[in-house]
Amino acid sequence: MSAMREAARQRVRRRSAGALIGAHLALVFAILTVLVVSGATGPADVGTVDAVRIIVGHLVPDAPWMSDGSITRLQDQAVWQFRLPRTLLAGLAGAGLALAGALMQAAVRNPLAEPYVLGVSAGAGVGAVAVITLGSAAVGGLPLSGAAFLGALGATAAVYLLARQHGVLAPTRMILAGVALGSLLSAVTSYLTLTTEAQNVFSVLFFLLGSVPAATMDQLAVPAAALAAVTLYALANARALNALLVGDENATALGVNVNRMRGQLVIAASLLTGAVVAVSGGIGFVGLVVPHAARIFVGADHRRMLPVTILGGALFLMAADVLARTVAEPTEIPIGIVTAVVGAPCFLWLIRQGRAARAGMLR
Amino acid sequence: MRVDFSDVVVALGGTRVVHGATFGVEPGQVAGLVGPNGSGKSTLLRSLYRVTRPASGTVGVGGQDVWELPPRTVARQVAVMTQETTADFDLDVLDVVLLGRLPHHRGFGGDSPHDLALADRALARVGAAALAGRPFAGLSGGEKQRVLLARALVQESQVLVLDEPTNHLDISFQLELMRIIGELGLTTLAALHDLNLAAAHCDVVAVMKEGRVITHGPPDEVLTPELIGDVFGVRAHRLSHPETGRPLIAFSSFPSPPSPDPAPERPAKEHAR
Repeated sequence: MSAMREAARQRVRRRSAGALIGAHLALVFAILTVLVVSGATGPADVGTVDAVRIIVGHLVPDAPWMSDGSITRLQDQAVWQFRLPRTLLAGLAGAGLALAGALMQAAVRNPLAEPYVLGVSAGAGVGAVAVITLGSAAVGGLPLSGAAFLGALGATAAVYLLARQHGVLAPTRMILAGVALGSLLSAVTSYLTLTTEAQNVFSVLFFLLGSVPAATMDQLAVPAAALAAVTLYALANARALNALLVGDENATALGVNVNRMRGQLVIAASLLTGAVVAVSGGIGFVGLVVPHAARIFVGADHRRMLPVTILGGALFLMAADVLARTVAEPTEIPIGIVTAVVGAPCFLWLIRQGRAARAGMLR
Repeated sequence: MRVDFSDVVVALGGTRVVHGATFGVEPGQVAGLVGPNGSGKSTLLRSLYRVTRPASGTVGVGGQDVWELPPRTVARQVAVMTQETTADFDLDVLDVVLLGRLPHHRGFGGDSPHDLALADRALARVGAAALAGRPFAGLSGGEKQRVLLARALVQESQVLVLDEPTNHLDISFQLELMRIIGELGLTTLAALHDLNLAAAHCDVVAVMKEGRVITHGPPDEVLTPELIGDVFGVRAHRLSHPETGRPLIAFSSFPSPPSPDPAPERPAKEHAR
């Protein structure tokens, strides 16, 4: 009887819509806080209150404080043209990579899957590094982000076609094809890097580790659109994603067209990853770890874990970017270093907690 | 709903596993599929729940070919209690049961009170109400089977498919499971290894050998010692259950009957071989 009561109690806790809404609100509040902190952090002196006033002033028409001289042009520029775009881009990148990671993990039913498992980052790396080392003309005049996006798509398309046999997309073959092609493309990137002039190596490293330094508001459009589209698709198919977790045969018996769904997931996750990587480079760790952290907190049901994954990914990279540009001031370090150095110990602590067992980390 | 297999041929990786199986199950009947390992029982059932597409022949449910219907429609008519469930990512027991509602929903949205009520009732019916909040992967084999049966029940289908449902189960739950299945009144197809379970609980038994349904009919007509000897290569004896009078099958370990006093023409070392 006590076991039954215990079970009922746990169910109430885990299914409680209130707790879930609370978690969403906490994440949104934290995201807004980081946005303001980011606006108030940097060489040009802007206070927290002024940062809020600048951000709000650009969003509401005719805010009096924007024209009464209390905010200098320099402050306005620093917040609205430099700090905000890069923090927003970090947020979009974090949300996109975390969502892509969650979808990829469900698609191949493997906890070690991440957005780059199909060679997306290696492909983007070749495109971007070709532009950096050989110049834009060598790749038909494409800008760096365009070349990176094309490289990412090319790599995914190759893996997709290599993994397909008799119309069936087998997860294991897909992962192995991705790993093999990734190695091949990384070799190309390494060769291009080693044979280029020394001053280019710095740019290559920043791209490969990921960074969002020179972001502009214009750059946000493509990743934002990709994130919105894939989020809608994923939430509309959350039940079917759950079915994939219990095996292909079970999912089929529940009416899911497993093969078609897997193909859609791989394409959606790869397009999203490609759109993010093209503008922010190969930021690691987020796509692997944030979905697991979300499962630890709210369980593996995609209807509950996807929103937490998206918001959590955004928060994680936004905070990481603030750190990336402050810890070694005036130099900036690639955001990928921060995500690993800060994220890894936190995650290692998390997977040793009792609730991690509930997210399938008992085995 | 009727289920009809008509001349079904299934090839897996180029090898024919089912060679023209034909038989039908009347609405509400419990049909047992028996036969040796590798005789094609599971494969034939998989062609009903759309995992392996037949190379030729048709599989009909309620007169419609399941391979001509959308997967979701078939899942509303046919529920499956599968043998194995992978759990690399863990779902709660209740989440697993609610997956059975998937073919009834489309798009966004949480579980309705109706879904939750169905899940609670199904879990209670299979004696697993206390497991609802537990992680599925932490359950014992028998508990998992109960939960998977509950998932099949919330699918609210007219046809129930069970692939070796009594694997991993102790005798008490084997009997409980077969009793529950009998009470549901669904058209049921179960691949079974235990001939006595089939004899005691099935309305009809279909016997498979080397990819063909060689005979089907009521268990007391079909499960004769001659047929069992032919299909399984073992000696069997027909008894009758002291309470129910239904057929009961006893098996002999030796290929020929041991004589009470060793006959001179069959020396003892013949047995030792």
